[in-house]
Amino acid sequence: MEIPYTVKPRPDTGVYNAKIGIWLFLASEIMLFGALFSSYIILRITAPEGSWLEGVLNVPIGFVNTLVLIASSVTIVMAWASLKMNNYKAFQGYMVFTVLCALTFLCIKSVEYNDKFHHYEMWTNAESNNRFTGHFDKSWLAEQKSAYKAKVAQLNADHQKALSSWSQSDKSTPAPVAPKFPEITFFTLTTTEIRNLAAFLGTDSVVFEKEAKHAYKYHGMPGEDTHASNDHAAAGAEDHASSTSAHDDHSHHESLTIPVSEIKRTSAFIPSHSTYFAIYFTLTGLHALHVFGGACVLAYFVICNRKMWKNEPDRLANRIEVGGLFWHFVDLVWIFLFPVLYLL
Amino acid sequence: MAHDTTHASEADHAHHDHHDHHDHHELNFWQKYIFSSDHKVIGIQYGIVSLLFLLLGFLLMSCMRWQLAYPGQPLPLIGNFINDLYGGENGVMTPEIYNMFGAMHGNIMVFLAIVPLGFAAFGNYIVPLQIGAPDMAFPRLNMASFWAFFIGAILIFGSMFIPGGPAQAGWTSYSPLASSIPTNGQAYWLIGLVILIASSLLGAVNFIATIIQLRAPGMTWMRMPFFCWAQFVTAFLLLLAFPPLQVAGLMQLFDIVFDSSFFLPSGLIVGGQPADISGGGSPVLWQHLFWFLAHPEVYVLILPAIGMICEIISNNTRRPLWGYKTLVFAVLTLGFLSFIVWAHHMYLTGMGTVISTFFQTTTMIISIPSVIILTCVLLSLWGGSIRFNTPMLFALAFLPMFGIGGLTGLPLGFSYSDLYLHDTYYVIAHFHYIVAPGTIFAFFAGIYFWFPKATGRYMSDYWGRVHFWLSLLFMNLIFMPMFLQGLNGMHRRMVDGGANYASPVGPEGGVIGLLSEYIELNQTISIAAWCLGLAQIPFIINFFYSITHGKKVHSDNPWKATTLDWQTPTPPPHGNFTHPVEVFRGPYEYSSPESDDDFVPQNAKPSPSHQPAVAKK
Ligand code: HEM
Ligand SMILES: [Cu+2]
Repeated sequence: MEIPYTVKPRPDTGVYNAKIGIWLFLASEIMLFGALFSSYIILRITAPEGSWLEGVLNVPIGFVNTLVLIASSVTIVMAWASLKMNNYKAFQGYMVFTVLCALTFLCIKSVEYNDKFHHYEMWTNAESNNRFTGHFDKSWLAEQKSAYKAKVAQLNADHQKALSSWSQSDKSTPAPVAPKFPEITFFTLTTTEIRNLAAFLGTDSVVFEKEAKHAYKYHGMPGEDTHASNDHAAAGAEDHASSTSAHDDHSHHESLTIPVSEIKRTSAFIPSHSTYFAIYFTLTGLHALHVFGGACVLAYFVICNRKMWKNEPDRLANRIEVGGLFWHFVDLVWIFLFPVLYLL
Repeated sequence: MAHDTTHASEADHAHHDHHDHHDHHELNFWQKYIFSSDHKVIGIQYGIVSLLFLLLGFLLMSCMRWQLAYPGQPLPLIGNFINDLYGGENGVMTPEIYNMFGAMHGNIMVFLAIVPLGFAAFGNYIVPLQIGAPDMAFPRLNMASFWAFFIGAILIFGSMFIPGGPAQAGWTSYSPLASSIPTNGQAYWLIGLVILIASSLLGAVNFIATIIQLRAPGMTWMRMPFFCWAQFVTAFLLLLAFPPLQVAGLMQLFDIVFDSSFFLPSGLIVGGQPADISGGGSPVLWQHLFWFLAHPEVYVLILPAIGMICEIISNNTRRPLWGYKTLVFAVLTLGFLSFIVWAHHMYLTGMGTVISTFFQTTTMIISIPSVIILTCVLLSLWGGSIRFNTPMLFALAFLPMFGIGGLTGLPLGFSYSDLYLHDTYYVIAHFHYIVAPGTIFAFFAGIYFWFPKATGRYMSDYWGRVHFWLSLLFMNLIFMPMFLQGLNGMHRRMVDGGANYASPVGPEGGVIGLLSEYIELNQTISIAAWCLGLAQIPFIINFFYSITHGKKVHSDNPWKATTLDWQTPTPPPHGNFTHPVEVFRGPYEYSSPESDDDFVPQNAKPSPSHQPAVAKK
């Protein structure tokens, strides 16, 4: 059994099957990203006053990524053209370049992501200057982590001991219950995790490296001049937090010791921080998945399809054309994403 | 008769040829029946899985109907079992369990039973046959689509057995309710849904590409059987309406797993505690994304059914479908309009009168093509010499049932009457009239009709009739009283069937609660529902018995049908057609003077004896 029009176009429609297939698939992709963009718009216009973030992303990095993707879009066309002109060597070169672009894009994106995962905002109960960005002090964090691990290990060991002595006893007393401790991943810390950690370890304050300049702008935030200088910035936090002078290597940071009871909420720049970051990660994450998937398929075409080039060159050219259409779409989505997320 | 036998022996002969040809690379059991890329096998796989889910969805509802009829009384037979699974005692269904069953009933029925049965099962089996294609355009993608469906279905079904139980927030899963209920079931459901949607996107791409690319020579657009048109439009609905729900599903999953606030407003209190979230999200956004899918989805539920009904009615009235072109344009219009009516489900969200007016208008406009379709099919009956076999009985019953369901939608489409009717049993009755005695009757008709093609045997007509009349009776006994209950204010999600609101007459003599006569209807409905379940037993037995013991068909075309699906060997082999097919005429040439018999198949060459006199000279 042979399916017709897998390679040659059908005369009355003028296309081969896979081309129709990819266009239809792209139509559904447009609806997918269209729905996300619409959600972005609705979330943005219905956001409560002062809660939408602006200027928090790294524009130069985003711009470089845009260029990388555009370059790959050009080379995929060149790859296809080289195939059509029977130049397999050039085809290989262009394809490899395209895939490398995709990988570069993903690397840059993951650096950006990583930066966000370790960047925190802190809301305190203070009267003023109760909202600032920065990160937890590294050595404080390491201390907490090892203390947590040690205590968990200790509790477990105690439990094991109790258990074994109980099993050797006459078992008249009820079996010792397993110790309870809060689950804390230390990947990013949430408000609940901080409170649980403090209760568990008996720490009563956190050490936070406050940035002199707030990481982003939002409506209703006090003017930037209040944050301009280090000594001024601490004024509000001083009610409850004792500040030490900045480290030499972080001259633009200020170390604050904040009592846990004063923390209203804290969150890294992750989806739970705000609807802005939620939609940012959803949009860019879904896009990055598309880049990854596309790169895998393109890599497959260039690595595993050498035989096809010998036997069915038209079929390989069709594959590259279809893959290229998808790749252009992925590029196009980024062309929308970049201004919407980075610039607006 | 003579025609039949020659035809059959010809086909037999061809069949043999085919086998000889394929002997060298015989497929093993797994390739043939499990990981098959043959559209017919995949269609049957979809059919089996979705029929099982149909049964499961029904069983869940049967349990709920007990609670509604006899609130607080121990559930017979399985009461203790569900207590073990989900808590509660003495075999009584707790409100949580009621909500779980309700949500799963809706989810399973819509996403795992009706859509895969109508679109994927019947579509896969019949569409390539009807357009004269050897298979789908992308056979392996087709297989991938089935297995994705299967995995998604297992996840959703499996969520019924995880600690905490399955989702509880209804099939609409409105946030913030859906993400605040303390169970992982919602997350399971969402992941399952995202996979299901991926599956139906693959399916939709495949169907459209197949219909565009693989029509046999001569099968022009206007010669395509109406069923294929219905599937074509359905595929577009799935292709374009499902992605927004996929997005919504991912966003709600983010809300649950990553504690984001897409659909959660600021200041949300859950269980008396302020939630540890950023807030700032929009609950109405979920509803928009959901209904943007879910309104087109209701047409996904009904269009394949209408398509099958048209085939069956035309075949059994022995006359062309009335207004074929009108039907085609009506269904295209319907498909287009179904994208711009979604917010008629949201009149009560306070989205404003301007928006309401827009959606009222489009809703009224969309009822026009629906009425056109119904009218065309009704007119097709006019003057036909109708054969009242089982498929035809179901097809005929579909028409008034669909009519009732559709007409009762109009009061829901106007915002002022919907303010009163929204979320009552009236809505439940409205859409069940369309989906249960409507779509499901069409599926029964389709099963009885195409069974001989797939197996080479008929299902028993006698037991088919028993099945039909009992089903018709009980379906109406179930859903007709629901209109009354709804009109009298019974809310659709009350766990006690309204007992708490029972209030005969208020102080001034006016009614201030639910009248007991409407609450008592619950018992009538429940008993009818259980009887409906019993009435399916003849069908189930008939189905399995007939596979091996049914009356054998004497020809490849037992119903004397014109479309290409009947011009194949029985059952059709891998690759479908033994000879290259070419199409010479429209899909419904019944009672044609051109033939001694009363029909001319689409692939019959124009015979010289019927050429106009001029041509003969
Ligand atoms: C002309 C025809 C129709 C009109 C005017 C109409 C109108 C409506 C309206 C306005 C609602 C919302 C009621 C409410 O929630 O207050 C509704 C609900 C519903 N309709 Fe229809 N409808 C029509 C046909 C259909 C068809 C063909 C189907 C499906 C096969 C269908 C399935 C549903 C479903 C499933 C719901 C309930 C959704 C839910 O809240 O769970 N309707 N209809
Ligand atoms: Cu609707």
